[in-house]
Amino acid sequence: MSHETITMVEAVNLALAHEMEKDDSVVLLGEDVGTNGGVFRATVGLKERFGNRRVMDTPLAEALIGGLAVGMAAQGLKPVAEIQFMGFVFPAMEHVICHAARLRNRTRSRLSCPMVLRAPFGGGIHAPEHHSESTESLFAHIPGLRVVIPSSPARAYGLLLAAIRNPDPVIFLEPKRIYRASKQPVEDNGVALPLDTCFTLREGSDLTLISWGAMIKETLESAEELAEEGISCEVIDVATISPLDMDTILASVAKTGRCVIVHEASRNLGVGAEIAATIAEKGLLDLQAPPVRVTGYDTVMPYFRLENHFMPNTADIKDAVRQTLEFV
Amino acid sequence: MDTVFEGQILFRQYLTAQNEVSTELPEWARSADWLTTCYRNMVLARTMDNKAIALQRTGQLGTYASLLGSEAIDVPVGLLMQKEDVLIPYYRNHAIQMLRGTPIEEILLYWGGDERGNASPGMGEDFPNAVPIATQAMHACGVASAFRIRGESRVALTLCGDGATSKGDFLEALNVAGAWQLPVVFVVNNNQWAISVPRNLQSGAPTLAQKAIGAGIRGEQVDGNDVIAMREALQLALDRARDGKGPTLIEAISYRLSDHTTADDATRYRDNDELKAAWELEPIKRLRTYLHSNGWWDETQETLWQEEVNCMVQSAVDAYLDTPPQPIESIFDHLYAELPESLREQRDWAMVKAMKGGSHHES
Repeated sequence: MSHETITMVEAVNLALAHEMEKDDSVVLLGEDVGTNGGVFRATVGLKERFGNRRVMDTPLAEALIGGLAVGMAAQGLKPVAEIQFMGFVFPAMEHVICHAARLRNRTRSRLSCPMVLRAPFGGGIHAPEHHSESTESLFAHIPGLRVVIPSSPARAYGLLLAAIRNPDPVIFLEPKRIYRASKQPVEDNGVALPLDTCFTLREGSDLTLISWGAMIKETLESAEELAEEGISCEVIDVATISPLDMDTILASVAKTGRCVIVHEASRNLGVGAEIAATIAEKGLLDLQAPPVRVTGYDTVMPYFRLENHFMPNTADIKDAVRQTLEFV
Repeated sequence: MDTVFEGQILFRQYLTAQNEVSTELPEWARSADWLTTCYRNMVLARTMDNKAIALQRTGQLGTYASLLGSEAIDVPVGLLMQKEDVLIPYYRNHAIQMLRGTPIEEILLYWGGDERGNASPGMGEDFPNAVPIATQAMHACGVASAFRIRGESRVALTLCGDGATSKGDFLEALNVAGAWQLPVVFVVNNNQWAISVPRNLQSGAPTLAQKAIGAGIRGEQVDGNDVIAMREALQLALDRARDGKGPTLIEAISYRLSDHTTADDATRYRDNDELKAAWELEPIKRLRTYLHSNGWWDETQETLWQEEVNCMVQSAVDAYLDTPPQPIESIFDHLYAELPESLREQRDWAMVKAMKGGSHHES
C-alpha cells in the first residue's frame, strides 16, 4: 500500500484510480480526460488502465457532459464527470439543477443520481478570462445537491472517495491554485472522509476562522502568525459547503465568541452570508462581536494582472481578526 | 469542386388519409392481430386524454398536456419497445407510459400534482417526464452509454416535439449518438406547433429528419398518422440499435389537434381551417377505416370497446381522486438518500406547521 507524498491533483487521481479499481460502475467522462489525462492531469493514466469504455473523451459540449452523467447515473453507474474549468459549467447547470438534484425527489426515490461533477475553480494561477471565478454558492443554493471543496491532498483523496460513494449528486470543486502548491503523505487506503462535516484544523480560544478551499492556506498562515502575537485562532475548514455542518461552527463560536469568515468568492449572497446569518440566528448570545467576512469584491473577477487585488490575503485576514478582537 | 457528401431523407407512408395503400404493405399488415391491438390502445389513449381534459376543466387535475393527434406515434412505440429497454419521454407520452405498465390512475396522479405519479413500479427504469425541453435527449444518450459500457442489448428511446429540435441539447445528443454509435432511437413528434410557433419558424431545414445527417446518423421522415409506417420505422430503428448498428432519428409528421396544454388557447394563433384539415388526416379514423375495409373491426366491436375503455378510465379516475396527498415530510424524505442533519429542524417544523394548519393542503 502506497504512502506517498503527493500533491492535491495527484490525490484526486489516486482517489479516482482507487475507486475505479474497486467498483466497476465508476466511469469518467469529460473533455480531454482520456488520452490527454485532463488539462490538469487529474485523470492521467486512467484510460490506459481502465480502457476507453470507462474513461470517455466526450465531444466538446458541457451540457452534454452533464446530461450524459444524469443518464448514466440513473442507470446505476457512478459517473465522475469533469468540467474543464468551472467557468464553463453553465451549459451543464440545467442538467445539474433541473435533473440531477431533483431526480430522486421527483421519482420518490424510484431513480437516483449518484454522479460527481468535478471542476477546478478559483483564481491565482494567472489564467485566461472565465478561468478564475469562484461561483460555488450558485450550487450551494440548490436543494438536492452536495457541494464539497477539499483544501489539502489528504482531504481531496478522502472527500473524493466519499463523493463517489455518495448515493446522491455531488459537486466536487477543486481549488486549482493549490493543485500543486504543497505535498502531503497520503495513504491509498480507500478510507473516505465524512461529508456534511467541517474539519477543525487548528484549536484556538480567542476567535474562530471559518474558510474552505484554497483560502485555507492563507487562513492557516494567518492563524500561525497571529499566534506569535498571542492571539489564539481556531480554524475550521467547512469542506462541505452544502449541506452545512453548522453544529461544529456554532460550537466553536460558542467557545470563542468571535468569528471571521474567509472566502475567495464575491461577498454578496456568498456562502459566508448563510454562515453569518445562522450564527446570528442561533448563536447571538455567544457572540462578543459581529461576525466579519473577508471575501472577494462584488465585482467581475479581474483578468490576471489585477487578480491578486481581488483575492483576500493574510494581511486582510489578520486585520479582520484584530478588528473583531477589538470590538467591545 | 468535388462533391464530398450527398444525403437524402426518405418519407415512409403505407396508408394515406384517403385509405389508399401508397406503398406495398409489409406482410404483418395483412393480418388483424397487431393492428387491432394498436387500434384498441389508440382508442384507450384518446379516451384517457379526453377524461384528463375534462378533469382539468372541472378543477380536478392540474395543467395537462394533451396527447391528441399523437396516438399513431406513441402507441406503436409502447407496443414495440421491449420491457428491458428504457423510455426517456417528454411530457406528452402518457400512452407509452400506460403501455409500459404505469396504471392510468398514476398517470393522472402525476398531472394532479403528485410526484408519486413518477414513482410507479410499472415505470421500471424509465425516466419521468422531462419538462425542460430537449434535456431528455441527452439523458437518453447517457442511458444508452450505460448499456454500451455494460455490453447490454438494450435500447434507449426518447421523444420530443418539433420545437425541441431547435435546442442545443437535441443537437448535442444527436452528435454524441453518432460519435459513439449509441443504441438510442430519437423520435420527433413533429406536430407542427411549439405552443404558438409554427414548424417553419423553428428551422430553415426542409425536414427535421435531416438533422440526423449532420450528426452522421440514420434519419427518416414518417407519416406519424399511419401506424403501419410508424411500426416499420420503429422496428427497424430498435433492431438496428439493439444489434449495435447505431442510432436513428425518426421525424414523425403529425398534427397537434389539441391546445399545447390546458393552459393554452390555440385559437389565438392558429387558423381554424388548418385544424379542420388536420382532423381529416387524424390517425384513429384512418386506422379504423382500414380495419373496417378488411373486415377486422365493426361497429359492434367499436361500441363494446368504447364501453370497456370508458369503464377502465372511470375506475382509474376514481382511484386517482381517492388518493390522499402525501404527508409534508415526503418533500424532505426523498431529497437525499439520507436526511442531512441540517434539514432535521426544517422537517420537524414543516410537520408541526402542517398539523397546526390542519388539512389545509388537502382542500
